[in-house]
Amino acid sequence: MSILINEKTRILVQGITGREAATFTKDMMDYGSKVVAGVTPGKQGQKVHGIPVFDTVKEAVEKQKANAAVVSVPPAFAKDAVMEAADGGLSPIACLTERIPKRDVIEMVAYADLKGVKIIGPNSPGVISPAKKAKLGFLGGNNPERAFRPGHIGVVSRSGGMCTEVANLISNAGMGISTAIGMGGDSVVGSTYLDYFPLFEQDPETHAVVLFCEPGGTKEDVLAEWIPGHFTKPVVAFFGGKFVDNMPGMRFGHASVIVRPGSGATKDKTRLFQQAGVRVVEVYSDIPKALREMLQERVKKSGKAISAARKKSRPAKPQAKKIKKTGKAKKAGKKR
Amino acid sequence: MGLFVTVKLNPEECQDGCKSCLDVCPVGIFRIEGGKVKVVADNEDECTFCELCLERCGQKLVEIIKNY
Amino acid sequence: MRLYEYEGKILAQKVGIPVPAGKMVDSPEKAREVAGEIKGEVVVKAQILLGGRGKAGGVRFASDPGEAEKVTREMLATRVRDRKVEKVLVEKKLEIVEEMYLGITIDEINKRMILLAGKTGGVEVEAIAQKPGAGFARALVDPFIGVPGFRAKELAKHLGATDKGLGALGNIVSRLYALVQKFDASVAEINPLVKTKDGSYLAADCRVEIDDDAIFRQKELESLGIFPREERGREPTELERKGAEIDRVDHRGVAGRVVEFDGDTALIIGGGGASLTVFDAILKYGGKPANYCEIGGNPTVRKLQLLTELILSKPGVKRLAVVTNVLSNTRVDLVARGVIKGMLNRGLDPRNFPVVFRVPGAWEDEGFRILDKYGIKYFDRTHTMDEAAQYICQMGRS
Repeated sequence: MSILINEKTRILVQGITGREAATFTKDMMDYGSKVVAGVTPGKQGQKVHGIPVFDTVKEAVEKQKANAAVVSVPPAFAKDAVMEAADGGLSPIACLTERIPKRDVIEMVAYADLKGVKIIGPNSPGVISPAKKAKLGFLGGNNPERAFRPGHIGVVSRSGGMCTEVANLISNAGMGISTAIGMGGDSVVGSTYLDYFPLFEQDPETHAVVLFCEPGGTKEDVLAEWIPGHFTKPVVAFFGGKFVDNMPGMRFGHASVIVRPGSGATKDKTRLFQQAGVRVVEVYSDIPKALREMLQERVKKSGKAISAARKKSRPAKPQAKKIKKTGKAKKAGKKR
Repeated sequence: MGLFVTVKLNPEECQDGCKSCLDVCPVGIFRIEGGKVKVVADNEDECTFCELCLERCGQKLVEIIKNY
Repeated sequence: MRLYEYEGKILAQKVGIPVPAGKMVDSPEKAREVAGEIKGEVVVKAQILLGGRGKAGGVRFASDPGEAEKVTREMLATRVRDRKVEKVLVEKKLEIVEEMYLGITIDEINKRMILLAGKTGGVEVEAIAQKPGAGFARALVDPFIGVPGFRAKELAKHLGATDKGLGALGNIVSRLYALVQKFDASVAEINPLVKTKDGSYLAADCRVEIDDDAIFRQKELESLGIFPREERGREPTELERKGAEIDRVDHRGVAGRVVEFDGDTALIIGGGGASLTVFDAILKYGGKPANYCEIGGNPTVRKLQLLTELILSKPGVKRLAVVTNVLSNTRVDLVARGVIKGMLNRGLDPRNFPVVFRVPGAWEDEGFRILDKYGIKYFDRTHTMDEAAQYICQMGRS
């Protein structure tokens, strides 16, 4: 199983005729994801890599039965594009566009709430579920199987690049990914850790979750408060940008990475995570080791055969089929 | 000639001067000088090997050479 | 983009929030003039983009125009909180009976704007507001409804308004939200919001931050004399200024947002999260970065070349490290081209000058061929950025 997307995900690409979209649409198709329609106003009737282009989401949904969207349009048009996707009932909507005005983001997120659909991003690389060959966005570029092997580790990252880097590390260590999500590097994103964690908790194929976190904001603080009593699986977290703690007011990397007086420092977030039972590693190379240790501890505690399941996940390719068989009649793909 | 990429073309042989290469190049490698298409030496190393110029040039006058 | 107090007050006035009579000036003579127009006691406030001015001597009173001139002269000659003071705001001194706090900011957890109203105004409100029982009321704003009149009234009531004050203060609440909407502010704070002896409410200070990503559509700001500028926690250095220019050469990709440090290791690192990670790792293994500089979004070869030249031009730089996460869209070969060209232009032979790459991902086979040709040491994706960082810290020391 996986969260958010699966083999039944039928993808609509908004802005499909753009330069970036033309590239990642092809990559998604090569990977095996079902791209069924594109939308670019005024270009109905065209085809991109054989995918029909429509003027409106409404028509694309009627004709092609799309049920999820990738939005890659210029910032000034992103709000309307996301709202159009939400209006069409598409979920999730992965919004890749960077630098959307925050007022627009707040409005489109409120609209998605109203329509009961989930937004990933903005400023997100998207989401990928390797066992399902399902990918929204550009994670892993044209050879995602190198960094994202199928397996049982969920990944949530505030950085797109580090989402791939961390997955690559986990895959190199002989483990694999259930679903990896680039949460988006902005301060306001449609979905935060709190939107993803309940899904990971319910997903039997996810045995542990890895987080790539950054300084700034309060998203980690709120997660740390929520975890006890709600989340039972091991969580390993790494903070990039510890040096930013000593440089309040300076912005590094993403828009949301700025430490303000009294909030956002990694040392405070680390303490809160540790109190919540999250293992925080000092260097990201230690993530696989920490995962192994925590999974083993869990086996000892619960007596469940998780280590066996983990072993099974090692030879990535033959395993993919098996997972597919057992993956029917699951609700997580649709559930919001 | 760039350090990494050399883009060659022969403007004398360019019969129609269609400027297709100029239109499609995303990194500005071609320009018009005295009514003829020339290579902008400063931009050769920006070449991404998209090969759109090769595809569009009906007369196959463009050549891209890697210097590594 | 954080605005100066006087700029914030221009916006406040635009939406009808009362502010004290006053004017921004940049010379002692003009301060005298303005103080003469205001009549009576005035306050001279240093215009810097930092809070806590009061304690740092950035807010001083003057009883007549002559004194206002003198105070301004002194203030313009000093630094407040280590910032050069280039402008001051000369305002009528208020007869304050109460100080409150009113602010709107983004609640990233609820993904809404949030109103915050506190019975205590003044400095360090950030710290106080966190504590329960501090007298702060909060209200999330539905973007499709805005701030209804009743909500504004409730908050005014919370702040202790009665009679006509309820309407006056409620108006300020509504109008502050109007300011946020009209000007794409991500933060708008009146701190303190004051009640004067005659019962009126005014914004004694005003802090506004405009959303950088919305500046493209805020044309009205320029007509009000407010121009886009780069935001930092301190004044940019010469190297940083030049870096910003390189980034502006071309809109394609990011390369040139440089933050200077005083070490000997030049860094080109990316993307956003990876650059943070690499910088930490280099510090951890004892390296001394000469700069922080993130690249991403597939920058052009020229930008990378200019950037390489710039960061290698810093005196005392002894080595260069180019480290990124596994790349999805930035191309390894283009990064290699730009960096090598930059080194050669500085007269540095990549075979002799200590340089290392850990840049795997898109077009890596081409990239590695280029690096091989120039004899540059590199790590592939089977080696982590941490390993590369460790290597860098040893490199060229032997």
